[in-house]
Amino acid sequence: MLHIYCPHCAEYREEEEFHCAGQAHIARPLDPEACSDEEWGEYLFFRKNPRGLHHELWVHAAGCRKFFNLTRDTQSYEIKEVYMIGEQPSVVAGSVQQTTASGAKS
Amino acid sequence: MSEMNNMTAAESAATKAAVMNQVPGPDVEGQSPLHHADFAGLAKRGMQEGGIHLRELALLGHLTLRCDSSNHEQVACVAAILGVSLPLTPLTSAEKGAYSIRWMSPDEWLILVPGLEAFSIESQFRDAMPGHYSLVNSSGGSTVLMLSGDNAVELLKKSTTVDWHLSEFPVGKVVSTLFAKSTATIRRTGDQCFELVIRRSFADYIWLWIQDASLEYGLVIKA
Repeated sequence: MLHIYCPHCAEYREEEEFHCAGQAHIARPLDPEACSDEEWGEYLFFRKNPRGLHHELWVHAAGCRKFFNLTRDTQSYEIKEVYMIGEQPSVVAGSVQQTTASGAKS
Repeated sequence: MSEMNNMTAAESAATKAAVMNQVPGPDVEGQSPLHHADFAGLAKRGMQEGGIHLRELALLGHLTLRCDSSNHEQVACVAAILGVSLPLTPLTSAEKGAYSIRWMSPDEWLILVPGLEAFSIESQFRDAMPGHYSLVNSSGGSTVLMLSGDNAVELLKKSTTVDWHLSEFPVGKVVSTLFAKSTATIRRTGDQCFELVIRRSFADYIWLWIQDASLEYGLVIKA
């Protein structure tokens, strides 16, 4: 079971209280009518399935019922960071190698 | 949205048309979702000593308030109506007399009032509350159980994944979590005393669960 920090409740809770809502940071095309079929199809159906860091959208379904973002390593299941909707992740695929190379905590 | 935020109390009072008195008077009989369990009878016939004490606070008024915690006018208005301020810190609650407020999420609170006062409180909110907010009377959707006794914490440990140690879960803290897989809002009202706000539709299931889980401690029903 994952032990997940809810940034709204400011507390760690068990995974069973949460629900993963898939990949984060998917921007809806501003003008859907102007999209090509391929662009619209990419937006609707195609998702990343990385081996390594993944930015996900989670909801504290049994708690405060609010959404938040979470960066997780799909290999080790380690949760790298939790951040609010609208914020950008500070831990991204390239940055981890840099910080570990310099010995800083990621 | 921005127009609604600038609405004066008088303008938002015009939305009062949506408010209805769900409990017209004390002479109209109401039945709690645990009516069939007959707690009054069990309190007389059942065990008189045991590690778990259970009581139902039936037919209270449950009001769900959603508003902006950074809007000082709204926060002040709630304090003026209820005589107690909104708890703005996550997972906290506030209580004064028969009125109590639970933090549910950053913009949502659950207010419990005596059942017959729900309509009057709701009307006062419609008259005085400025800006964009939502107040819903959800009294029929849930009921309240009071769990106490020497083994109350043990029963909660069996049923939830929350840390119930007093240092982590002081009196007054409130969490929305899963109680035996069904959602519950649990508040600590004393060292060994807890208040569970549970769904009406899960009330019978939770009643059966509590009976089973407290077999080893002894279950005392209080009327």
